[in-house]
Amino acid sequence: MKAFADLLERLAFTPARNGKLRLLRDYFAARPDPERGYALAALTGDLGLRTVTPSLLRALAVERVDAELFALSYDFVGDLAETMALIWPEPDAPSDPGLTDLVEELAGAGKARLPGIITSRLDELGQSERYAYLKLATGALRVGVSARLARVAVAEFGGLDVAAVEEVWHGLTPPYRDLFAWAQGGAKPESAALAPFRPVMLSTATDAEGLASLDPADFVCEWKWDGIRVQAVSDGGVRRLYSRTGEDISAAFPDLIDTMAFEGALDGELLVRRGPEVAPFGDLQKRLNRKTAPKSLLSSHPAGLRIYDILVASGQDLRSLAYTERRKRLEDFAASLDRDRFDLSPLLHVGTWEDLARLRAEPPDPVIEGVMIKRRDSPYLAGRIRGHWFKWKRDPMVIDAVLMTAQRGHGKRSGYYSDYGFGVWDGDRLVPVGKAYFGFTDEELVELDRYVRQNTTDRFGPVRAVAPGLVLEIAFEGLNRSARHKSGVAMRFPRISRIRRDKPAEEADRIESLRALLPSEAR
Amino acid sequence: MRFDDLLHPTPQGLYCPPGDFFIDPVAPVPRALVTHGHADHARAGHGAVMATAQTLDIMAIRYGKDFTGTRQLAEGPVEVNGVRVTFGPAGHVLGSAQIGLEHRGMRITVSGDYCRHPNPACAPWEPLPCDVFVTEATFALPVFRHPAPEGEVDRLLTSLAAFPDRTHMIGAYALGKAQRVIALIRAAGWDRPIYIHGALEALCRYHVEQGVDLGDLRPATGKDLTRADYAGQIVIAPPSAFNSPWVRRFADPLIGFASGWMQIRNRAKARGVELPLVISDHVDWPDLTRTVEELAPEEVWITHGREDALLRWCEMTQRVGRPLRLVGYEDEVPE
Ligand SMILES: [Zn+2]
Ligand SMILES: [Zn+2]
Repeated sequence: MKAFADLLERLAFTPARNGKLRLLRDYFAARPDPERGYALAALTGDLGLRTVTPSLLRALAVERVDAELFALSYDFVGDLAETMALIWPEPDAPSDPGLTDLVEELAGAGKARLPGIITSRLDELGQSERYAYLKLATGALRVGVSARLARVAVAEFGGLDVAAVEEVWHGLTPPYRDLFAWAQGGAKPESAALAPFRPVMLSTATDAEGLASLDPADFVCEWKWDGIRVQAVSDGGVRRLYSRTGEDISAAFPDLIDTMAFEGALDGELLVRRGPEVAPFGDLQKRLNRKTAPKSLLSSHPAGLRIYDILVASGQDLRSLAYTERRKRLEDFAASLDRDRFDLSPLLHVGTWEDLARLRAEPPDPVIEGVMIKRRDSPYLAGRIRGHWFKWKRDPMVIDAVLMTAQRGHGKRSGYYSDYGFGVWDGDRLVPVGKAYFGFTDEELVELDRYVRQNTTDRFGPVRAVAPGLVLEIAFEGLNRSARHKSGVAMRFPRISRIRRDKPAEEADRIESLRALLPSEAR
Repeated sequence: MRFDDLLHPTPQGLYCPPGDFFIDPVAPVPRALVTHGHADHARAGHGAVMATAQTLDIMAIRYGKDFTGTRQLAEGPVEVNGVRVTFGPAGHVLGSAQIGLEHRGMRITVSGDYCRHPNPACAPWEPLPCDVFVTEATFALPVFRHPAPEGEVDRLLTSLAAFPDRTHMIGAYALGKAQRVIALIRAAGWDRPIYIHGALEALCRYHVEQGVDLGDLRPATGKDLTRADYAGQIVIAPPSAFNSPWVRRFADPLIGFASGWMQIRNRAKARGVELPLVISDHVDWPDLTRTVEELAPEEVWITHGREDALLRWCEMTQRVGRPLRLVGYEDEVPE
């Protein structure tokens, strides 16, 4: 366990991607099977030990520590596993059980035995190992390593092509003996799984200046829809919907899965669609992150796919074809699909970049967040490769709001007042309209934190109310009507774009001007 | 007479009415008693300051010779307007003291900042028996259990061996922490030069004059040194220096930070620290609660920090705890 705990510590404090990759490669080289496979599964979130809940851990902690002291500590530390690891009494001589034993013990334990097992392990482990053990048990490592990066590390360790690893990944299970055997010169594992995920092609951001040096004749353009990018794969009766990072989200979208009567893999934007009308992102949000979908929600918020691209058709891999060739195949393919659920993302008629700028400035639908620019001759490439696909997002909306509340941040900002609630004027009262916890620099964080501490008017647990004196420029991507918010509106991706020291609070925006930004049908 | 009549909080800081003086006031006052030289305790502009010789020297180094109207050396117990005042060592930084007040059989100890772990840069903490113990609560949460600082310095030396091409740059505050870290590195057997940022020079020189052995210190600004010369070397600097272009002159810098806050992972990450060293000049939770248990005062008064947790502990152990809610102290002191 020491080796794994040490890996987690070092990953957490190594900021550079290359440094993290090196640590992972070294770990895979140094540790035997099945230990390294369990470590990999822990990093990719595929370990499947889902039974250890935060409330179970909290219950164990308060058997050893006063509940109030524990709550105060947790509030300060901001991470449950870390709080427990730090607060748990230290053994006189910590032991070093193997990662494999610990994982298999947790996997094999029934619900009733679990608390006892965890307690006795915490009693024997040292601080850093307690932390690693609890992170393992809760399944949320948070060491700045994405599942994708972990797979890249395996590929680099074995000198394998990352895209090839991604393709077989969904057919593999922990502790990945076959994968490590392949990495060390053995045979490539058979991709046993049907309907595998294929790495998604991503775009780089651009603007008018960036486009100037490109010839519009080499590109096609289309809208960038404001849903979530997905891959719909149907293969020998197995149907799956993947997020763009390869997470299987099928369970939340049975309505779409039911209509995937095709053989192939499509790339598109998942949207809530009612007939021809596309619903705002807020509607789609209600469908996300669910293990099941209630019937009523399926009929009130039906999912649809607006198709951008085709990767596989009837067993034939089309990814090496040029974009224009794939588009032709896609148009044929789409003709046989269920029209209520699937439609093509239309191409834009653009002669010059000025044409595109005009379209981008006045999109015909509020659920458009910009335009995409795709090179005609590009194959479908895994990842974000410069020079092929570009996105040119619509300018964000901006308002001036007044800082009203601040909350201690969790995660990276824990201990600072870093989550800010802000409001706009409604008559002579401020009405809260949103919260933001990013967009500012570290220096601005310190400035905001100091402002909060010096202007606190009231405290409610971790939240402070502050005197209305500081104006924040808030940028956001869109506005939805919301019954949950007192103001009746909810912002998308609000962030603090500037601290307006220059502006008196009375001159901040009013609720009327915010409502005017609502999409017309929601006003 | 109640304890409050001998000492109570005011907007300027703790005030002793019979003695007519303040302790560690946050605003200019006619007469101040100062526990130690850290900025939130020692400020310039008072009419008169009483402190240890070293604290007076440190204040002069930081604020210039005219930092106060008159100064009075605290040596042995003295009477101030009938209040008997004793300065006793606090084990926090060079010159740091606890201030004991005694008046009509009532004793109050204002501990300032204090630390129970031995520190080669200053005299060890000693108990000042009291009826009221005034304490800070910077690390007053049971999650704060500072490891032995020697082990933390071992981690620095291990990292130097693993990354011999990288300049190891350790953030440490100028008064106390920097010298303590240097002394610990020396005690661990590192006898190569240690490079220090200009902001640390005056206080390091003062420590050496006072007999604290810091070994071969060189300025980390030497024009004749190239990037390659700094590979595998130790540089100590105030943490703020790491945000400036000054850092770029060093070889692939590996940033560390010596602070009690480094026990919390997110603190270290938020600062972009690669090598967090948990080295503190304050008491951790076990030492703070042990100190209160040993002194067994009638009341515990809390100046600043995690007062909620310490109050809860007082309640659990049937002690009288009282938050002073002093203004002007940082909620989370730079440490
Ligand atoms: Zn101090
Ligand atoms: Zn202090």
